[in-house]
Amino acid sequence: MAKDFPVKIEAHGFNFHYATKQALFDITLTIPERRVTAFIGPSGCGKSTFLRSMNRMNDLIDGTYVNGHLMIDGVDVYSKDVDVVTLRRRVGMVFQKSIPFPKSIYENITYGLTLNEKVSKSALDEIVETSLRKSALWDEVKDRLHHSAQGLSGGQQQRLCIARAVAINPEILLMDEPCSALDPISTGKVEELINELKDTYTIVLVTHNMQQAGRVSDYTGFFLLGSLIEFDRTRTLFTSPSQKETEDYITGRFG
Amino acid sequence: MSHPFQRSNIRPGEWIAEWSIRLVASVSIIVIFLIFVFVFREAATLFTAKSATNAPAEVSANPSSNDMKPDTYSEEPDVYNPEAEEPSTASGEPGAPGQFIRLSKNPRYPHYYNPDTGLLPDDIDDETAEEVATASGDSGDILSRLSGDTWQPVGETPKFSVLPLITGTLKTTVIAILIGAPLGILAALYVAFFAKPRVREFVKPTIELLAGFPSVVIGFFCLVTVASFIQDITGVSYRLNAMVGGIGLSLAVIPIVFSIAEDALSAVPKTLQEASLALGSTEWQTAYRVMLPAAAPGVFAAVLLGIGRAFGETMIAIMATGNAPLTSLSPFEPARTVAATIGSEMGEVVWGSEHYGVLFFMGVMLFVFSFGLNAITELYVKKRLMKKFQGR
Repeated sequence: MAKDFPVKIEAHGFNFHYATKQALFDITLTIPERRVTAFIGPSGCGKSTFLRSMNRMNDLIDGTYVNGHLMIDGVDVYSKDVDVVTLRRRVGMVFQKSIPFPKSIYENITYGLTLNEKVSKSALDEIVETSLRKSALWDEVKDRLHHSAQGLSGGQQQRLCIARAVAINPEILLMDEPCSALDPISTGKVEELINELKDTYTIVLVTHNMQQAGRVSDYTGFFLLGSLIEFDRTRTLFTSPSQKETEDYITGRFG
Repeated sequence: MSHPFQRSNIRPGEWIAEWSIRLVASVSIIVIFLIFVFVFREAATLFTAKSATNAPAEVSANPSSNDMKPDTYSEEPDVYNPEAEEPSTASGEPGAPGQFIRLSKNPRYPHYYNPDTGLLPDDIDDETAEEVATASGDSGDILSRLSGDTWQPVGETPKFSVLPLITGTLKTTVIAILIGAPLGILAALYVAFFAKPRVREFVKPTIELLAGFPSVVIGFFCLVTVASFIQDITGVSYRLNAMVGGIGLSLAVIPIVFSIAEDALSAVPKTLQEASLALGSTEWQTAYRVMLPAAAPGVFAAVLLGIGRAFGETMIAIMATGNAPLTSLSPFEPARTVAATIGSEMGEVVWGSEHYGVLFFMGVMLFVFSFGLNAITELYVKKRLMKKFQGR
């Protein structure tokens, strides 16, 4: 596969182990900057594990360890001198379940901003508005910014989580099945959003929905049993996969 | 005629189980209700019954007689020996402090003079007569004797001011909560979010074991060890004081606050923690800016239960506070709590007397206080807390 793009994330022989079993085997791939990259594959194939390795969310699980290299902008994220907190500010994440904090909409968005620095009220107001506009939520919530975020609908909550993630202005946005709990209309809105955000952010998306991968992504990787079977341009992967397993999966013969 | 949806036969096992559950549940509700009724009824006797129920026989018998009765001096029972014919020589050397010296100068009462108080028997007589008059009044006077600042339930003129007891309860409870709530909540935060699973498995049951610790043991520990320690570092003159009592109570409060707060914190979805960490917050920021507010109702309930335990705790309060009913706000002076008073005096009170009624009245006070605390929390504080922490 030709490297016809600036590289943002790069993995070389990356292995990931949970306490008792190995979840990822020898992953090698390059993820382009300011593109949408999707990972597909059946449940338990390791695509979420790989995604969560990128901002080291897997550190929360006891007994995990890695070997090989996983680099963002050429820096190994698992090297000893990496500050996890700074890493996570650069690599934002949106989860499968929308989980707004039990705070107001406004505070949900400003939470990440006010953690380490004092930001003026006017600057906060501005960031809240731009983040909500970016996530196409502004018009729906601008009159109730100080109401609880938990009163929003599921789709709105997920877009709020995206707004919350983009508010701290990361370089990479990891999305772990962001639409799996949403209805088709909300899903459409989130997908539109992904399309708009990819001008600014490098987006990595894990999805069970192959149509979604086909619709929104520029590159797609297919995972099976902890290995990366194939990684290519989305169009190529879906129309003329080079591997037998990929073809079987995308044509619905298993999975 | 039978059809597919016909009622099946009665299943006797389920029927018995269901009805025994109903029975036991109803009985327990009724019992709780009856306890309330009983306590309130006994307390009500204080206000409904006339002072005849007090039966202060020796009091009312006294002032009419011109002769000085020994009982009048019951406030100095050790000094004055009523059995002796010659009081001045009965209990040791003549002229020792607090003794009554034979003094022939007083025309009315030639025999007795108390050099400590400087009172001549006729002064005492006037004073006593006055107080007895108050004591034998009707229920309006009971209210007046509930005010004042002395708790002296046994004596010539019993004084039932609850002020020193309320002050004592307040002091020890505040100290106990100021120490216990932060420690309990911080320990809960640590165990819920920072401790390794192995540490958690060890620490949580250990602290909860402390909750089941006999309070008499905690009281003894404070009486012996904490009291000396506090005296050593502060040099206070009263070895047992409200501070020692408060520390003792906090030992009872901590496991309760810890246990309930920890449950509340652990019940917060782990996904919330992940979401916060993914935004680049440290674990500590996550714990106190996301997890603690999310668990705020539970943590608040934990503190409330802690307060309830602190002012309801009896044995530690009896043993470690010095148990002296002083009306003082200093934490380094002895204190006496309402619960400790009920606990130590209920056993020897005259059944049905005014003192008895006052003790029950204080029980009702405790109940109303805890009920009010919970009601205020439920109706008002919780809403505001929720709004503040959770933006509702």
